[in-house]
Amino acid sequence: MRRGLNFYLQLGFALLACAFLIVPVLMSMLAGVTVNYFQGISSGLTLRWIVQVWAMYSTTIYRSLAIALGALVVTLVAGVPAAYVLAKRPGLTTRLIEESLMLPIAIPGLATALALIITYGTFRDFRTSSLFILVGHVLYTLPFMVRAVLAVLSSIDFRTLEEGAASLGAGPWQRFFGIIVPNARAGIIAGALTVVTLSIGEFNLTWMLYTPETMTLPVGLADSYASMRLEMGSAYTLIFFVMIIPLLILLQRYATPRGKPRARMQEELTHARPLAPRQGA
Amino acid sequence: MSSPATHGGTRIRLVGCGKTFADGTRALDDTTLEIQGGETVVFLGPSGCGKTTLLRVIAGLETPDPGGRVFFDDEDVTALPIEQRNVGMVFQSYALFPNMDVEDNIAYGLKIRKVPAEQRARRVNEMLELTQIEELRGRRIHELSGGQRQRVALARAIAVQPRVLLLDEPLTALDALLRERLRIEVDLLLHSLGITSAYVTHDQSEAMAIGDRVAVMNRGRIVQVGTPRETYFHPANAFVADFIGTMNRVRGPVRDGAIELPGGRIPWPGAAADSIEVLFRPSDAHIVPLEGAPLRGKTTAQFFLGDRTRLHVSEIDSEPIIVETTEHREFRIGEPIGLSIEPGALLTLGG
Repeated sequence: MRRGLNFYLQLGFALLACAFLIVPVLMSMLAGVTVNYFQGISSGLTLRWIVQVWAMYSTTIYRSLAIALGALVVTLVAGVPAAYVLAKRPGLTTRLIEESLMLPIAIPGLATALALIITYGTFRDFRTSSLFILVGHVLYTLPFMVRAVLAVLSSIDFRTLEEGAASLGAGPWQRFFGIIVPNARAGIIAGALTVVTLSIGEFNLTWMLYTPETMTLPVGLADSYASMRLEMGSAYTLIFFVMIIPLLILLQRYATPRGKPRARMQEELTHARPLAPRQGA
Repeated sequence: MSSPATHGGTRIRLVGCGKTFADGTRALDDTTLEIQGGETVVFLGPSGCGKTTLLRVIAGLETPDPGGRVFFDDEDVTALPIEQRNVGMVFQSYALFPNMDVEDNIAYGLKIRKVPAEQRARRVNEMLELTQIEELRGRRIHELSGGQRQRVALARAIAVQPRVLLLDEPLTALDALLRERLRIEVDLLLHSLGITSAYVTHDQSEAMAIGDRVAVMNRGRIVQVGTPRETYFHPANAFVADFIGTMNRVRGPVRDGAIELPGGRIPWPGAAADSIEVLFRPSDAHIVPLEGAPLRGKTTAQFFLGDRTRLHVSEIDSEPIIVETTEHREFRIGEPIGLSIEPGALLTLGG
């Protein structure tokens, strides 16, 4: 089919829109490796800003990774069984619980942070530890894990699978780990990637909760832009992107329906589903 | 675990088992039933008659209402959940695990029972051979056809040598030809294993073919239990008569040793009466020459079914008589037909 003018106009528009979004990002990353931003590239390229940022903020970056992993562990341990129980007992109470679980997404991060400070502010040791940040992150990311797993569970007839496993002698734990979890794999992976990505980039909540000893990557980024040279902030952004882009690519492949591994898993699940019965029974 | 044949056959006994669901539906009335060791009993009935609920009570997936008891031989298993009853179950949707291949699916029950790997592998091979699916051993579930899945489901259920095998409409999801073929295989398998089985279906020819006994159910209760022949030739009531095969019903007064109908007479040895209703099967109405035929009517419809032809004959009674014949010839609409009912094929249902 010959591609007409329309196609090229649409393509051009799409490219323009992409450029509008990407060019600032590229410029920012470029600034991170320029000797002097205000002189531009002519002043030369250098890695010294990146080295300086690393020297100043490496603990912050490691802390962010640790918190992200911690959030992942907590949401896996709490979220997957929660999603299972919610999927198993549909009803009014379940719906209410689901809705309240999703609240942290709807409420501004600042409000959630304030709530945490008011509730736990008196426990000084807790308040000034990374654990406090972790709690905030878990509150924020848990609904994503639960939703992702719930979505997959709703699309498969896990109840009959469980009955099949039970008829063969499998107890509740065996069924959960041997049948439910493997078949909810797609949702768990999607949820996991979402949790890690969101946690690394989380700013609103953390900005209110942090202390100088418990800074995370995005907070450090704001800090460096506010108090240091533009090149430093840009170098910091560069490091951030290098960390986050691989995660986003994985997310794209596993979490969205078109991504290939996800599509393959989905196909296995749907074609393993019962074929439509002949007559209603 | 050397041969597929299992122990002599567990006897299943249900005493006063009823089931009311949380929303108040009375799915099963208090049911008392005994299934002999090695016997296959088919629960037959229309949708919603409670047959699946009854099966699930035997399985342990549903607990009967207080007072109901389930016994396997002399053991009271009422309080045991399904995972402790050592039953094998084949579901309508097969419930095969998508995260495992065929081999692992079949081995699952054995793994749960901690059967050592070598024994497990041997048993899996036996099962693959028994259900004739050796070539499918490494396949994923979504790559299998309906008939193949059914065999895997069967192999998986039998692999653990269950005391009792429970099948919930296992052939319903398959097309007609496959269903008929597999029906024979399943029947042979169940009998060669000598395993006590409870089989649920709404297809009455399937029930006849597979069951040693058939329990016909309607609205939560068993209305008749008997051999396929008993339920077919001696239905206990109108429901069974109508549900199993087709039944013709005619009504008329009895005079001079015959039932008088608008279209003729049917010899009847009983006493004279004002009105009597008799039933007979379409295949027991024979086409005879018009001259001297006891019943005479007119063909209003004909259906060629391949192995037989079904005719609707009017003017014998108020409703058309359905006749089934193996005659090869074609029948004309409006053609006069003479009929004679097979003596001894007439049934009454308590007047």
